[in-house]
Amino acid sequence: MLERSWPAEGVTRVPYWVYQDAEIYAEEQKRIWRGGTWSYLCLEAELPEPKSFVTTFVGDMPVVVTRGPDGALHAWENRCAHRGALVCMQPRGTAERFSCIYHNWTYDHAGNLTSVAFRKGIAGKGGMPADAKPESQAPQQFRVTALNGLVFGTLSKEAPSLEAYIGPDVLPRLKRVLRKPLKVLGAYTQVLPNNWKLYMDNTKDTYHASLLHLFFTRFRINRLTQGGGVFVSKDGAHHCTYTEMIEAKDDAYEKDGMRAAGSQSFSLESPEVLDQVDEFGDRVSIQILTLFPGFVLHQIRNSLAARQVVPKGVDRTELHWTLFGFADDDAAMTRRRLLQANLVGPAGYISMEDGAATGFVQRGVAASPERASVIEMGGADVGSGDSRITETAVRGLWKAWRSYMQV
Amino acid sequence: MNLQYEVERLHARYAQALDADRLEDWPNFFTENGRYRIATAENEERALPLPVLSAEGRAMMRDRVQSLRHANIYEPQRYRHLVSGVLLEESSAHEVKSTANFLVVRTMQDGATLLFASGRYLDRIRVPEMQFEERVVVCDSRRFDTLLAIPL
Repeated sequence: MLERSWPAEGVTRVPYWVYQDAEIYAEEQKRIWRGGTWSYLCLEAELPEPKSFVTTFVGDMPVVVTRGPDGALHAWENRCAHRGALVCMQPRGTAERFSCIYHNWTYDHAGNLTSVAFRKGIAGKGGMPADAKPESQAPQQFRVTALNGLVFGTLSKEAPSLEAYIGPDVLPRLKRVLRKPLKVLGAYTQVLPNNWKLYMDNTKDTYHASLLHLFFTRFRINRLTQGGGVFVSKDGAHHCTYTEMIEAKDDAYEKDGMRAAGSQSFSLESPEVLDQVDEFGDRVSIQILTLFPGFVLHQIRNSLAARQVVPKGVDRTELHWTLFGFADDDAAMTRRRLLQANLVGPAGYISMEDGAATGFVQRGVAASPERASVIEMGGADVGSGDSRITETAVRGLWKAWRSYMQV
Repeated sequence: MNLQYEVERLHARYAQALDADRLEDWPNFFTENGRYRIATAENEERALPLPVLSAEGRAMMRDRVQSLRHANIYEPQRYRHLVSGVLLEESSAHEVKSTANFLVVRTMQDGATLLFASGRYLDRIRVPEMQFEERVVVCDSRRFDTLLAIPL
């Protein structure tokens, strides 16, 4: 049991020990990542044919994701039943079977141990006793579900179906984007100098986007005066926010003298990097969707991506970006998506700052584990609404986190 | 002209401009429609086109510099480029193809020093102007620490 007390104010206060404590980190691995949550594993398009595989992580756990000879999807812990070595060392490929290099114990695509080298010894000498149970330490196997081209897994037998887990508030927004077979455009990893929850906090924080990301504001890509809204699942765990395409003609930022507005007019010489085709026919220019614990789906104009959060200790997080388009994109759409890749990722005009800002929090709170964030924009509740000047989705994250962690 | 010498000099001038924070000079190392792309070895090997950063023409490069100067927020930092192994692969009267290795060390304002990136430059250089028609920066790693603000 965790000996921690949450501030009396509830989810409008988040104590800083949540980002710092090694014991909390270990408990999260057990109760959240290996508990009753669904984690994003990969895109179905990364497993295009029978016998293909990729390796990934669920929290700290190394995982192999495969498509079996019959086309069924599987995921299992990348740990040999024998001595615990990684069974699969390649990031991706196709394989007839998976043999641990250490002692050649072998697994099928579902992660079942199928053979133990020299189990019966040679010429009656050596080998394992007849009653040995080498499979007693077998790698854990996930329940796996594909949803509109995304592959998710859970170790929980009790967790609801993936669609029920996401719930009716957020699921339609995911299906809004993922409506056709996907095509991978590429991937990279951004290393963030902070706890994984600071990144999820940041992604759910609709209040920061136009204030931190000046590129947004100066070019009027996303201002809080534009139309938009936020959806939050009942349990607070998942969220989706969107912004409409209409260019803002207002001067709310200028009137408030905000740094974001700037003192000089500023325009792009080559604005085609921002040219959007309204491919979903609903005039939404940006949609950010998160699923607890560590998945982000973005549509930023015509840039589409899956971002997977991989915690690497209390103060380090890897963000695995996979950018994609649709299999039927024409050359012009592919070019547009690749140009707009300049908006996102570690060098993205509008996402490079996220790693910096969340790192500033990790450093700023170093000596104040018992102090707390103030998260009262939009009040104290958790729910959907049509304003983005709110921290409702951030409070939702903490409502869900507290529920899983029993803190 | 001694082409090997000229290409090495171009590398040196380019690295010096970035390392000395003369970002405004960066687009001028390219032809008007020159192309710049930071890629990863992994994506290149998978034949995936995703850039970490790209620009088609000097105007887009100037936009990148404007944004770094006036919009993007990042901690003060400096690069040190080390370029070696410059090879000329093919040349015609108007163009030379060249490859080179690079290391970029990044130093933050508190002194933290990191081997930030390593990889290869794959260049097409217009001669005799000695400007890049295309520079592809293929990073060995798929991993980038915190953010990549200044071009490589």
